[in-house]
Amino acid sequence: MDKKVRKYKLYLGSLRDTFKLLKKNKVGFAGFIVLIFIILISFIGPYIVPFDTTSRLDKIYVKPSWEHPLGTDSQGRDVLSQIVHGGRDVLIVAFLTGLLSTFIAVSLGSLSAFIGGRFDSLVTSLADIVLTIPHFPLLSVLAAFIKLKSSFMIAFILALLSWPGLLRAVRAQVLSLKERDFIEAARALDLGIFHIVFSEILPNMMNYIVISFILSMTSAVYAQVGLILLGLVPLASHNWGVMINFAWTRGAIFYKNSVFYILSPIIAISLFQWSLVSFTRSLEEIFNPRLGQGV
Amino acid sequence: MPSNPIQIYINQMISQYGMTYKEAEALAASLFSIDLKKPLLLQYFEFLKNLLRGDLGISFLSRGTKVTTIIKEFLPWTLFSVGVSLLISFTLGVILGMFIAYRRGSLIDVIVTSIASILSSIPNYLIGIMILVFVGVQWRLIPIETMRGSLSPGVKPGFTWTFIKDVFFHASMPILTYVMSTIGSWILTMKSSTLSTLGEDYVMVAKARGLKESRITFSYVGRNAILPLFTSLTISLGFIVGGSVLIESIFVYKGIGWILWSSINSRDYPVMQGVFLIITISVIMANFLADLLYSRLDPRIRISGGE
Repeated sequence: MDKKVRKYKLYLGSLRDTFKLLKKNKVGFAGFIVLIFIILISFIGPYIVPFDTTSRLDKIYVKPSWEHPLGTDSQGRDVLSQIVHGGRDVLIVAFLTGLLSTFIAVSLGSLSAFIGGRFDSLVTSLADIVLTIPHFPLLSVLAAFIKLKSSFMIAFILALLSWPGLLRAVRAQVLSLKERDFIEAARALDLGIFHIVFSEILPNMMNYIVISFILSMTSAVYAQVGLILLGLVPLASHNWGVMINFAWTRGAIFYKNSVFYILSPIIAISLFQWSLVSFTRSLEEIFNPRLGQGV
Repeated sequence: MPSNPIQIYINQMISQYGMTYKEAEALAASLFSIDLKKPLLLQYFEFLKNLLRGDLGISFLSRGTKVTTIIKEFLPWTLFSVGVSLLISFTLGVILGMFIAYRRGSLIDVIVTSIASILSSIPNYLIGIMILVFVGVQWRLIPIETMRGSLSPGVKPGFTWTFIKDVFFHASMPILTYVMSTIGSWILTMKSSTLSTLGEDYVMVAKARGLKESRITFSYVGRNAILPLFTSLTISLGFIVGGSVLIESIFVYKGIGWILWSSINSRDYPVMQGVFLIITISVIMANFLADLLYSRLDPRIRISGGE
């Protein structure tokens, strides 16, 4: 029991240190706060703010007021409630994509570095091919052949395209770590590839993996919202991308009073992307404190 | 979304002209020169065989038009707008990045760096929509309705002032969008590259030798700081060409990205295939060219080439 408490205290202490480091980079800390804020709004907000579906013909494109803080849309529905309810989908797809592509990159990258030979050259040349194909055109063409119905399906397809960058880095890292003494020792003990990769090697490159996980979330948001904007994904659910698509296809863009309706989802997505990118700056400083002094 | 355009055409023929299924199928097969009874894999090999002869097939939608003709018509506009914007954003970004690296910690550095990091994290099509909303609709700075297409009707291609003016007028909004969405990352990479070069020994030695400030700035720092940016050039080229699908659709700028989007919407499979192939080839070619350029600029790269 005592041991557990001590471990807990140690964990809390290191958490406090991490937080202190996080606060050092002001922009990164701002990104962190915004990120937490967006996550809270998207996952808890829907339980507090009801989804406004009643159309009021006398209140089309109303300017922001206390009743409608972000104005109303083409059917007089509250924009703020649409923003609150529209984030979850986008965030879930981004998170799933990041998780899947990181998993593919880490497992394939470390395996190919370990096994080497024909398997390695197969994996790396596959990565090179996926890297050179322009992703967005490929995605849009794919959307014409495959029904991208569920969020999971979209995340899966996006993940299949976004692993090669991290794979190359992981592979290079593993290749160099492989020769170190502690790995040699683990191999001599015959601990098995999976044990060596996941509990001996991975902790050594956690910083790189976490950062590219977050960056792959941003590219997932880019692709996902882009596909929705072009109408290549069925607009079944309600999210920020669908709001932009409606604003575009229904001509709200060309209507002078609708500016708050269009800008709300655009700013929401941009804020999310910005918060992710600047959060990685803070993370870089946490993982590599020497970086912060130079630049 | 998925559907079969040939099946739609056959059904149309049956319902509109009262053909039998066999007749309609034969008509479709001869019109699109596709043998529907062949297995998919064989049809694919047929496509590859034709591809070697430079034949990409015939469009489903505008019947009788070759895919290669369509590509020839639309590709130059994308190459033009993407090329010009890359040139502008690279040059501006390198100059600005170097400028703020020399004034690090100052107010202007803080302002430029924050704007650059915001711009580089916003998706380019959202920047495009914002430009459309503000410049075109809210402030009415330019008549956005007349900018659709890549040329005004009636303007003849040629080396005339009206033609050049019109080309730039139509491309201006896509170019502005590409520049704004890529300049941020150029500024940030150039800034950090310059900062790391400033710490190098040879810069110190050059200063100790009492060389002119301008000479150190350009031939010692600038030259070496730019080099790593050429690798990002290849990546950003591919990204811009890929992103042209979205930007061209937003501004109705009729380049290769726009034609890809409209062929997807009308299920024009041969055009989709052809355009996608061309986009991929142009990205690979661009990467290849940038690699060549890089090895010319940085002699260290050439060592492994066996020279």
